[in-house]
Amino acid sequence: METAFRGGAPKTDRTRSTFVFGNVFFHLHSVRTHRWSLRWATTWGLGMATFAAFVITLVTGILLMFYYKPFPDVAYQSIKDIHFVVPTGRFMRNIHRWAGNVMVVTVILHMARAFYTAAYRKPREFNWLMGMALLVVTLGLSFTGYLLPWDQLAYWAITIGANIAASPQEVTNALGITQHFDPGGLQRLILLGSDTVGPEALIRFYLLHVMILPLVLALIVAVHFWRIRKDGGLARPVDADQRVGPITGTYPVFTEQPKKTYQLAAIVRGKTAAVGKGPEATVPSMPHLFYGELAVLMLTTLICVALALLSDAPLKELANPMVPENPAKAPWYFLGLQELVSFSAFMGGIGIPTIVLLGLGLIPYLDRETEGTGEWFGGPGGKKLAMRSLLVGFGASLAIESFVIHFGWLREWFPHIPQLVITAINPGTLLTLAYGAYSVWCVKKYSSTRAGAMALFTCFLCGFIVLTVIGTYFRGPNWVFYWSPSQWPGH
Amino acid sequence: MPSPWNASCSARIGGPMSETQKTGRSRLDPEPVSRRDVLGLMSLWAAGSALLFGLVGMLRLPKAAVLSSPSKRFRVTLPATLAAGEAFTPPGRNVAVYRDEQGVYAISRVCTHLGCIVKPTEEGFECPCHGSRYDHDGTVTKGPAPRALPWLEVKEQAGTLYVDEGSNVASGTRLKV
Ligand code: FES
Repeated sequence: METAFRGGAPKTDRTRSTFVFGNVFFHLHSVRTHRWSLRWATTWGLGMATFAAFVITLVTGILLMFYYKPFPDVAYQSIKDIHFVVPTGRFMRNIHRWAGNVMVVTVILHMARAFYTAAYRKPREFNWLMGMALLVVTLGLSFTGYLLPWDQLAYWAITIGANIAASPQEVTNALGITQHFDPGGLQRLILLGSDTVGPEALIRFYLLHVMILPLVLALIVAVHFWRIRKDGGLARPVDADQRVGPITGTYPVFTEQPKKTYQLAAIVRGKTAAVGKGPEATVPSMPHLFYGELAVLMLTTLICVALALLSDAPLKELANPMVPENPAKAPWYFLGLQELVSFSAFMGGIGIPTIVLLGLGLIPYLDRETEGTGEWFGGPGGKKLAMRSLLVGFGASLAIESFVIHFGWLREWFPHIPQLVITAINPGTLLTLAYGAYSVWCVKKYSSTRAGAMALFTCFLCGFIVLTVIGTYFRGPNWVFYWSPSQWPGH
Repeated sequence: MPSPWNASCSARIGGPMSETQKTGRSRLDPEPVSRRDVLGLMSLWAAGSALLFGLVGMLRLPKAAVLSSPSKRFRVTLPATLAAGEAFTPPGRNVAVYRDEQGVYAISRVCTHLGCIVKPTEEGFECPCHGSRYDHDGTVTKGPAPRALPWLEVKEQAGTLYVDEGSNVASGTRLKV
């Protein structure tokens, strides 16, 4: 037991420090942590929870690979084996699926947390971009994951996904240039490895799911964590020291001016790290930070295990290329997209997501303000602005959805309207425009880009929620609106 | 040009080139590069570009030269009782075949929106995935589908009917039988 801690159990601050930087895993942390970062309200542990969920999916995923076989029909049978025959197989599959879902939820919440505390600001812009990449890869992992069982959900998701990849053809066809320039067709061909959905496609998605995307994810996670260190830990307000109050207990205080500088060693700019500055409201990472992280890890595991025991991962009938399910629905995190895609494949599946990602990526470069960094809803009018944006965000998306559901859209009024108009002007694009306009108005009104960013982010979050809820609960056979599934017509 | 090799570095320090001489030179009049450096850099560039070209070539790997897709032409035998305007779906094919007074015709049942399989109904066709609707002749009447359902080529050879899913014909084309 003692050797586990090579050098004995850390009892003094000094041995605790060596404990941290003498270990490759703990070395990711700094030796001391600011107490602001340790407050629950600073992060709610969301980043750590995401990481914990990733580790759980990684471990269970590797175990599932013992039995899963990536070939149509055989794949379906092997999932059945895992579910009904393999000891603990059902539990592993359930927890894999639930941890994946938890990861999607926490990664979105973690992003919202970073946004609302303005943690993306200088010098953390690059890490914000890394975080966005992690969101995209997480969704990619989820998507490729539910394709693998080769049941009805999987088959039609691949079909629809591949055709979304091909949807730039909606534009190239309308312009009549598809013969010469067909990026959509190429994307589809490369995804499917064939022009029909079959074994080639399954093995490609399998490779993406178990190899390419996890490696990419692990790489970006490493950069993401490393950047946290390099950017000076978590974002905190300038007066964080005063806010957390004086430190209690005895901690070493360095009061002497430094005798040497580290500049010569070309390691750090300026003289030295914390020497001569006092403790700066920091505490040793061991145990304070590590126990917090351990708690989040345990809580996440507990939640995943509980969910896995309560509810089984679904497995529908074997893929049938003749008959899609009615309604054919994606998992919840894509139902907002499915609702958008039901207006136009290209704008909903590629155009609007690209615009949203570009907008998110630009936020740190447009918002050069410093007021309110590290604080929830910091900046001009903070909470009030968020509340107002919430109203606008929900209002606009609900209004436009109820309009289409009630009155239909262009095609039904003008049957001969050109496709390009349908692609360009549909409820999805109008909603995006409305949100954009509102955010520009906020920039003007508060003469602050942060206000505009806050308005836009809140609106898009609301739009995502409204579209997802409508797609999940209010769409029935043929994607018709129903108040409840009990009103669905029988088959 | 700074050299990555220690040997030439130390050679320069101990060599005839002094500090003052070095600062006196401009970009247009650079210090001479030794033969060793030239050869070294050239081999680096050669190796680098070879790797790059190799990589670009490898990127072509995911796109197969021959696709493993099944044949798109198939034989149909229409049931004798098939009424005018009633759809017949050959087993295993996503095609609706019709017969009326003017002849036989086939319409693809693959939704032009995102590839779900549409269902023939009284009014035409309906798609379960995002609610596109089509007329009897495949024209879009509602929803996001960008194009009409394509009409497929029907041929007769030695008394048997063949439909080719891979070749489209103008809407309204019927084969007299
Ligand atoms: S696939 Fe038919 S409406 Fe989307």
